Amino acid sequence: MGFATRLVSVLVLLAAWQLAAGLAESRLLPAPLTILDFIVSESASGELWRNVGLTLARVGVSFLLAMVLGVVLGIALGRWSALNLVLDTPLLILLNTPALVITVLAYIWVGLNEAAAVLAVVLNKLPNVAVILREGARSLDPQLEEMARTYRFDRRTWIAHVLVPQLQPFVVAAARSGLSLAWKIVLVIELLGRPNGVGFAINFYFVQSLNVAAIVGYSVVFMSVMIAIDILILQRLEAYVRRWR
Amino acid sequence: MSDAGAEGLDRSPVLSVAIRRKVYGAGGPEPVEAVRDLAFSVAPAEIACLIGPSGAGKTTTLRILLGLDADYEGSVTPDPDDAGIAMVFQEPRLLPWRTVEQNVRLALPRAQRGRNLDSLFDSLGLAPWRGRFPRALSLGMARRVSLARALAQEPRLLILDEPFVSLDDASAAALRSIVVDCVDSTRTSVLMVTHNVVETIEMADRLLLLSGRPASLVATIPLDRPRVERPRSWIDAMRSDLAIRYPQIIAA
Repeated sequence: MGFATRLVSVLVLLAAWQLAAGLAESRLLPAPLTILDFIVSESASGELWRNVGLTLARVGVSFLLAMVLGVVLGIALGRWSALNLVLDTPLLILLNTPALVITVLAYIWVGLNEAAAVLAVVLNKLPNVAVILREGARSLDPQLEEMARTYRFDRRTWIAHVLVPQLQPFVVAAARSGLSLAWKIVLVIELLGRPNGVGFAINFYFVQSLNVAAIVGYSVVFMSVMIAIDILILQRLEAYVRRWR
Repeated sequence: MSDAGAEGLDRSPVLSVAIRRKVYGAGGPEPVEAVRDLAFSVAPAEIACLIGPSGAGKTTTLRILLGLDADYEGSVTPDPDDAGIAMVFQEPRLLPWRTVEQNVRLALPRAQRGRNLDSLFDSLGLAPWRGRFPRALSLGMARRVSLARALAQEPRLLILDEPFVSLDDASAAALRSIVVDCVDSTRTSVLMVTHNVVETIEMADRLLLLSGRPASLVATIPLDRPRVERPRSWIDAMRSDLAIRYPQIIAA
């Protein structure tokens, strides 16, 4: 029932769009079918999947790096207040530096290469992850800590059965918000300084030919991939993590 | 109990406590003295009840015994880090993301986790609940799991902090008889902290009466056990509670 409603809503939207595009007769407002045409021909040439694949790889690598570093840093900040005192202000500055500034500076200082691109995403995303995990590490249940001490839990048991389960919801929350942030930043980074990827393709069709069908086509395909990852992987992970509730 | 003459029986106390002083906020503007000159011991296979008014320092004393608070003057033997003491907290303090069975096993040393615990779960009436998450349990059941976790340690001393508080009379009576049975069959010593006179009278071999803050020992009263018949149903449980609280009504 809910699914049918959603489907109808999307179909109505597409129909209205098709109709409006037919009336406007402008290449600045391409019809959905025109966009579909572009997606089909671009994927037949292999160009679409090459660009999507490259962007996904950049998102994947920088997302994982930012998650691992951010989780470790966040836990450390939450547990050691001295460290937090030292790093809180730099973190706050980084958190409020525009993604564009970080990206441009990374390209200037590191060079127009993959390393700079990945570094820029990691620096953009890491503060968010760290702040969420710091909150998680601070909210550990003191009663369970006492229980674990009283029963002489060894370090491995404590990490696996006391610490990690309490942090899991924070890690999943950071991953979900972080993934959508990461791919949006990756497109900007590609637009600014990479010779391939979805961001590059969108920029190419914008500057070269103002091909709106291509711009929207690329966006739709890539958004679909990211939504699929969210639904198929992250939401399931979240449900698994919350199974005991 | 007929333990006299058993071979190699060690009559030395399983716990000796001598707390000279425990102060909260020492050096601060308003230090509060929580405990002063509190000394007692618990003998093997004995149920000792520490009883006193709320805020008397009972929980403070427990935290010292458990090594959760090392900031005090005095001494406790054995050292809290030694195995042999198992704690049942007032709140069940189960890991909500692990099943009942995992909660009991994870508290064991790694080498013992695979042990057969069937009889323990059976005796506590937990067999049907082994695979469930704590969320599915009532407070009474969760307390039993917490007790199972402590008993699985096969401790020399079991420490119970208000273990029957906020349970209905029947669940409390059932849990009390489980504890008493366990102690009788395993010769574990029990130190129970409570402010409930009924459960003290029903269970204790010895009563340690605490004054208010700062806590110190007012009286030690030996008792014979049991004072009431083991309840068979919730009606009996209620009747026995009433008999203790209002003897003139039940006699009528």
